[in-house]
Amino acid sequence: MNRAARGRTRKPLPSTYNPAPGRRFNVGDAVVIKRSFPPGHRRTPYYIRGKRGVIERICGAFPNPEELAYGFDGKPAKVLYRVRFLQNHVWPDYAGPASDIIEMEIFEHWLEPASGPGEPPAPDETG
Amino acid sequence: MSDPSAFDHYAHQKKHVHDHEPGHHDHAPVAAQDEGPPSEYEIMSRAMQELLEAKGVITAEEVRRRMETFEEEFPYRGSRVIAHAWTDPAFRKRLLKDGKAACAEMGVELEADRLIAVENMPEVHNLIVCTLCSCYPRALLGMPPTWYKSTNYRSRVVFEPRAVLKEFGTVLPEHVTVRVHDSNADMRYVVVPMRPKGTEGWSEEQLAEILTRDTLVGVTVPKAESGNP
Repeated sequence: MNRAARGRTRKPLPSTYNPAPGRRFNVGDAVVIKRSFPPGHRRTPYYIRGKRGVIERICGAFPNPEELAYGFDGKPAKVLYRVRFLQNHVWPDYAGPASDIIEMEIFEHWLEPASGPGEPPAPDETG
Repeated sequence: MSDPSAFDHYAHQKKHVHDHEPGHHDHAPVAAQDEGPPSEYEIMSRAMQELLEAKGVITAEEVRRRMETFEEEFPYRGSRVIAHAWTDPAFRKRLLKDGKAACAEMGVELEADRLIAVENMPEVHNLIVCTLCSCYPRALLGMPPTWYKSTNYRSRVVFEPRAVLKEFGTVLPEHVTVRVHDSNADMRYVVVPMRPKGTEGWSEEQLAEILTRDTLVGVTVPKAESGNP
């Protein structure tokens, strides 16, 4: 057995998850990404703005990168979500099967609640 | 990092194998950017390092060691972690739940990175990209390959992932959902591939050999015939 293998322990470690108690959305909520094009450092890709998806998981609260980029402390931290989209909704001429999906991280202030049916399916792998 | 030497044995073992491959050259050709005068960013970076050294904040040895760790140790961590997940179902569960905490169990400190491990299944194939820059789980896979940082990969893989996969030799049937992850903010991603048939009874070290970088990014899948049982 090598050194790395001997170093393993079974001791449970504290979770590295950042709590996000004051959040606006929950897993499974339908959302729309704001269709807005402000200048500056933004982590929301252009191609997803205005698109509709579903909250896949809550990543926790993180310093706001739109402030960090300019030398500020990024506080208050913003809640970060992972959002799942259907590819053929994001790209109207998408060539693959209708079940293909794309997921990405979106900060809460870029999200608005969506209404109505037609949500992406969930391959249930997140346990 | 708690014990930087913990992986040296593993890294050296792999390097040793690599060095004896036929046709392997000890010296990589000099990259084009190493020729000619240094760029503005290289000069700024060099000036910053010299100032920090002069002020006693860091030493040249620390910088050298960090670069060495990046090249000698980090690229092998991902394969080790996923090989362990293949052989230990309880660890696999913990990895999927909290990637950073699970890596820490194995002595793999991801520093600032939060890790989401995404699981390939018979009906789901995962693929990682960063369309905004080139976010990559460096502490797990080392430096990103050139193609990962290319505009071609970053712009195309989000809207024609199957065409890009095909260029990597990976053809997936229509009933398999392609799940693309745009690594656009604070999380980093690693794919947990499906363990191929024909690897029953392999040690974690043998399994790690077929868990190459590209399988952990999701542009290909591990194959039993590429290892040496």
